[in-house]
Amino acid sequence: MAPVAYRVTSRTRETEDTVTIGIVPVTESIPTPAAGQFCMLYAPRVGEVPISVSGVEASQSRLLHTIRAVGAVTKALCALDVGDVVGVRGPYGTAWGVEAAAGGDLLLVAGGIGLAPLRPVVHEVLRRRRRFRRVTLLVGARSPDEMVFRGEIASWQASARMEVRTTVDYATAAWKGDVGVVTTLIERLTIDPEVTVAMVCGPEVMMRFAAAGVMAQGVAPQRVLASLERTMQCGIRRCGHCQLGGLFICSEGPVLPWSRVAPLLARREL
Amino acid sequence: MKTIAELIAEQRFFRGLDRDSLDLIAGCGRNVHFAVGQRILTAGEPADAFYLLRSGRAALGFYVPERGTVVVDTLGGGDVLGWSWLFEPYRWQFDADALEPVSGVAFDARCLRDKCEADPRLGYLLTQGFARVMLGRLQSVRLRLLDVYGTGSGTR
Repeated sequence: MAPVAYRVTSRTRETEDTVTIGIVPVTESIPTPAAGQFCMLYAPRVGEVPISVSGVEASQSRLLHTIRAVGAVTKALCALDVGDVVGVRGPYGTAWGVEAAAGGDLLLVAGGIGLAPLRPVVHEVLRRRRRFRRVTLLVGARSPDEMVFRGEIASWQASARMEVRTTVDYATAAWKGDVGVVTTLIERLTIDPEVTVAMVCGPEVMMRFAAAGVMAQGVAPQRVLASLERTMQCGIRRCGHCQLGGLFICSEGPVLPWSRVAPLLARREL
Repeated sequence: MKTIAELIAEQRFFRGLDRDSLDLIAGCGRNVHFAVGQRILTAGEPADAFYLLRSGRAALGFYVPERGTVVVDTLGGGDVLGWSWLFEPYRWQFDADALEPVSGVAFDARCLRDKCEADPRLGYLLTQGFARVMLGRLQSVRLRLLDVYGTGSGTR
């Protein structure tokens, strides 16, 4: 339960309110996180929050976390500088299970900062590209300035190793991508539902419509995976803060098949 | 070479339409191509056609003084461009420009309206198809009003 000390080795500003920090263990390290898992990051003297792992570097010890400054703890984490120390617990939760999609098509749908937990999936797929058939990444953001990993998205598009489509709600004159919510891109795809696994990540409203769009193309709900976000405090199914009905999102999630979460999300009292 | 009827039968907008209806609609269609940057529709001008995009991308926008053309939507392969031809005063409400080389089918509005008048069943099918498109675009706008990327990302 005690956090392990990690030192900040890089700090990249993604958008006005979002920062990616790279951290390495000071001495002891946590086990290597799988794509989709999260860590509890402790900002000294402020508090602790769950943050998805947005990258694991080749050395397996350097972790990347992409953090949006929305409250006291995340603001403190975003303000960390190179050389500062942060506490890390984890990794916790379920993974995307990229291997389960091998041999078939993979559709990734990301909204806003939801691309962060999917980024390790993209890296894993690109490392073993031949194991997958058609790979498609759809990314939506409010505006071009609010799209995270813009440079990396451009390099993925340029590499042509997978289909990458970007869309924003509000375009600038320089924007060359699409305009409209990310869900509109789904209906333009030709999906082979029998062999497609979809992974959606973003704000819950977006995921509901994205999942509906994918299922409208015939993909079974158990082949649609979503990463849920709920207030997590302990990360180890003790405190119950993250409970969604009988589910502990910190341990049974955050990645869950849509078939399992849809009935729970439909209940307003949850 | 495929006929217009064969080309449009492959598109999701016309999915489920019977052969006779497709032939009637195809009789008003012609193949069109637009180069990058080429204007497809201009706001205020007569809405004398609608377009089924087969490939490429087009931007739907509106000219705002001191801001230039503000793009409100982009359309791609399989999408329908333009519904002002269905309703009086038959004038385009937005501009549309090709973002990529666009290939599609343009349907003559007068020709289609006349056929729909003469064949209410065809008119119903086509109106239903456009109602579906409008519903989709309305839902998309509503989602944007919800600001789906700005919410639910934690408060701590």
